[in-house]
Amino acid sequence: MTWFIDHLDDVQARTLQHVYLAGLPLVLGLLIALPLGWLARRYKPLYAPFTAGFGLLYTIPSLALFVLLPGLLGTKILDPVNVVVGMTLYTVALLVRTVADGLGAVPEDVQQAATAMGYTRVKRFFAIELPLAVPVISAGLRVAAVSNVSIVSVAAVLGIPQLGLFFTDGFARAFYDPLVVGIIACVVLALFFDAVIVLATRALTPWLRATGARS
Amino acid sequence: MIVFDGVTKTYPDGTVAVDDLSLEAPSGKITVLVGPSGCGKTTSLRMVNRMIKPTSGTISLDGRDTSRMKEAELRRGIGYVIQHAGLFPHRTVLDNVSTVPRLLGVNRRDSEKRSMELLERVGLDPAFAKRYPAQLSGGQQQRVGVARALAADPPVMLMDEPFSAVDPVVREQLQDEFLRLQGELGKTIIFVTHDIDEAIKLGDQVAVLRVGGKLAQVAEPAYLLSHPVDDFIADFVGRDRGYRALSFQPTPRLPLAQERTVAMGEDVARLDTDWVLVVDERNHPLGWVEPRRVHGEVTSEVLHRGGTVARASGPLRAALDAALSSPSRRGVIVDDAGALVGTVRAHEVLTAIEDTDRPELEDPDHPGAASPAASGTSAPTSAASASSAAGTVSDASA
Amino acid sequence: MIPGIIDWLTDPANWSGPDGVPAHLFEHIWYCALALLVAAAVAIPVGLAIGHTGRGRFLAVNLAGAARAIPSLGLLFVLVLWLFPKLTGDSAFLVPTLIVLVVLAIPPIMAGAYAGVEGVDPAARDAALGMGMTGGQVLRKVEVPCALPLIFSGLRSATLQVVGTATIAAVVGTGGLGRFLIDGQKVQDFPQMASGALLVALLALGLDLLLALVQRGVVSPGLTGRTVRRGNTPVDVEIDPAGRTVDAPAR
Repeated sequence: MTWFIDHLDDVQARTLQHVYLAGLPLVLGLLIALPLGWLARRYKPLYAPFTAGFGLLYTIPSLALFVLLPGLLGTKILDPVNVVVGMTLYTVALLVRTVADGLGAVPEDVQQAATAMGYTRVKRFFAIELPLAVPVISAGLRVAAVSNVSIVSVAAVLGIPQLGLFFTDGFARAFYDPLVVGIIACVVLALFFDAVIVLATRALTPWLRATGARS
Repeated sequence: MIVFDGVTKTYPDGTVAVDDLSLEAPSGKITVLVGPSGCGKTTSLRMVNRMIKPTSGTISLDGRDTSRMKEAELRRGIGYVIQHAGLFPHRTVLDNVSTVPRLLGVNRRDSEKRSMELLERVGLDPAFAKRYPAQLSGGQQQRVGVARALAADPPVMLMDEPFSAVDPVVREQLQDEFLRLQGELGKTIIFVTHDIDEAIKLGDQVAVLRVGGKLAQVAEPAYLLSHPVDDFIADFVGRDRGYRALSFQPTPRLPLAQERTVAMGEDVARLDTDWVLVVDERNHPLGWVEPRRVHGEVTSEVLHRGGTVARASGPLRAALDAALSSPSRRGVIVDDAGALVGTVRAHEVLTAIEDTDRPELEDPDHPGAASPAASGTSAPTSAASASSAAGTVSDASA
Repeated sequence: MIPGIIDWLTDPANWSGPDGVPAHLFEHIWYCALALLVAAAVAIPVGLAIGHTGRGRFLAVNLAGAARAIPSLGLLFVLVLWLFPKLTGDSAFLVPTLIVLVVLAIPPIMAGAYAGVEGVDPAARDAALGMGMTGGQVLRKVEVPCALPLIFSGLRSATLQVVGTATIAAVVGTGGLGRFLIDGQKVQDFPQMASGALLVALLALGLDLLLALVQRGVVSPGLTGRTVRRGNTPVDVEIDPAGRTVDAPAR
């Protein structure tokens, strides 16, 4: 506890770095996965190659990705951009299938009703399909958010600053305090991301709470 | 025979689903429970095989109190058919049908042989045996559901809205086949539906329940239509009930007119009648033609097929409908083999209807409220005797 | 970079001895298989029980969510520090690694199992009870077979994560394919690292394929959609003159 209070500045700084490294890829990954998932749903032959193909990205171990990306991107090994790009890839890997399945779960009659009322394809996507797919997409995003927080900490092995550095520090010195603080901070951060997504989903899907009227 | 004796189901939140239900479902007959949603009809059905436990009262099966029987054993002896069939998606049609015999320890070969027979019996091609439920249409799934319930040859069947999830045409088919099957098998059946037409069509005895789980009236279909005990029943059995009641009245001897007939290919242009009936070589009616519109021979294209055909031994409703639907205004009447007997006009059918006594009125003390199959006057239910009294009153005021 | 990988992978020196590909590959498979077995042995029964009874769902979902949030690297370090003095030999590294992987694998497997049972058509469950199956029979004969697709999907998802995460075990000195990543990074040997990463990805794909094959063999064709295309349910067919349904043309 005293260690925590003594290092409050450190904890704060690394938490913010962690938020950046885990959070930004979530947003970027979602923005990339939306059109890809839509394509996979719109053009049936694309579904299998897209979902399986992007899923393949997930099989690359994170440690390897963080080390190999500088070679591909021309960045320095300690550049946080590597982590952002790597985590974005993982997020896309998880979300393409989720987005495609979420859009696919929108009832056919709803889509046809929308078309019959004169929605264009693009308008229908933003006004009907995307809102109705929010619960499914949000479930996938929650998994991605929580696993991102955990995976980012692996980058500490390479020395990229974020909460994971407490793990390597603590392990190198056989000292529990930073380890425990780091783990707790990671869990809290993951739960925070989760809560933000849950609240945003609630705000975006008011009709899901209006179930009382039917029973 | 299934006997409900003062059966009540109250849920912990105080909702009364079924309120003091006393009812007999006679052996070998179809008893239909019908009513609006929330009337406790499904709850009543599910208490028979103890899927739901009654709060008080007893249900007995051929004199045995079901609460004293082992649940699984009780259920294996009762066929159970539900709305969406509830087929096991991971099993083939054949394995689905074989489920209960296999549970009872019948070996695979015998149970599969029996299942194949049953599939045929419910009108499914044996080629369906190796398919999975997802490959079947709703109507086919429901047939499999019925075959599965029949597999262990249970004397009792419980059917919970089995035909309500399929489209009207298929539903009609399934109902007809169900009646044919019941004619062969003679099971004791409790059938739940929200559709009064289905209840009237299928039931030997119809029990109408009202919201709150109270039995409103139990009677044979014809009696129910002609003698609703109160506004609720009158409202529920709905419009056209006078017309629908004709379904249960056999056609008396009608004054049949001889009809001039022609065969296919015959030249009718020179005939001076307005409509002529076309028959085939077995004297089966094919349709009407109007000679002045036909130039030359009668062909299939010029046949007017709008008129229905009634059997002389069928109900009055069919005879009236034949007259009303015929383009010549002359209703076609055939014998049981389908051969033409003669034609009848609507006013003649109406006269016959007026001359027919409503059979229920002859004997107000025993109005057929209890099924005739149930032994005479024994144990009329309280609701049934109440209904006969009220029925007489409302009829007198009408 | 690609020629470097090919050179590394085709160098016979990298394919022999205790630091060769076969040895580390074997270690990697061994850790993963053991972790997955333990996780499945815990998670599947618990998941089935939750799905069957409908009880304990809230607790299980939240515990699993919390388990997902624990950073694997941090947990590994804590476990090594804590258990190292208590264990001897290889198990000093092996046991912490296994615990980390089991913690990682339990949530998806358990979620697959309870979601699978919960997703069973209520009408099928009702029919099973109504025809006189006992609770255990309903579970064995209806719920588990119907839940298999989702159970496998949980297992496969867990496998992907476990195979990837097992690499970080090399940080604390355990074997497995992660050795190529850690050892390569120390000497800036990029071809070695890339080759290691490639091998891990290939292993993950291979195991996924293996599980997919097992799934194909185990799951009833009635559930997979191989028999029917989704959204293309058959229509009711005509009745032929003999009064039997005519075979529906597959549309």
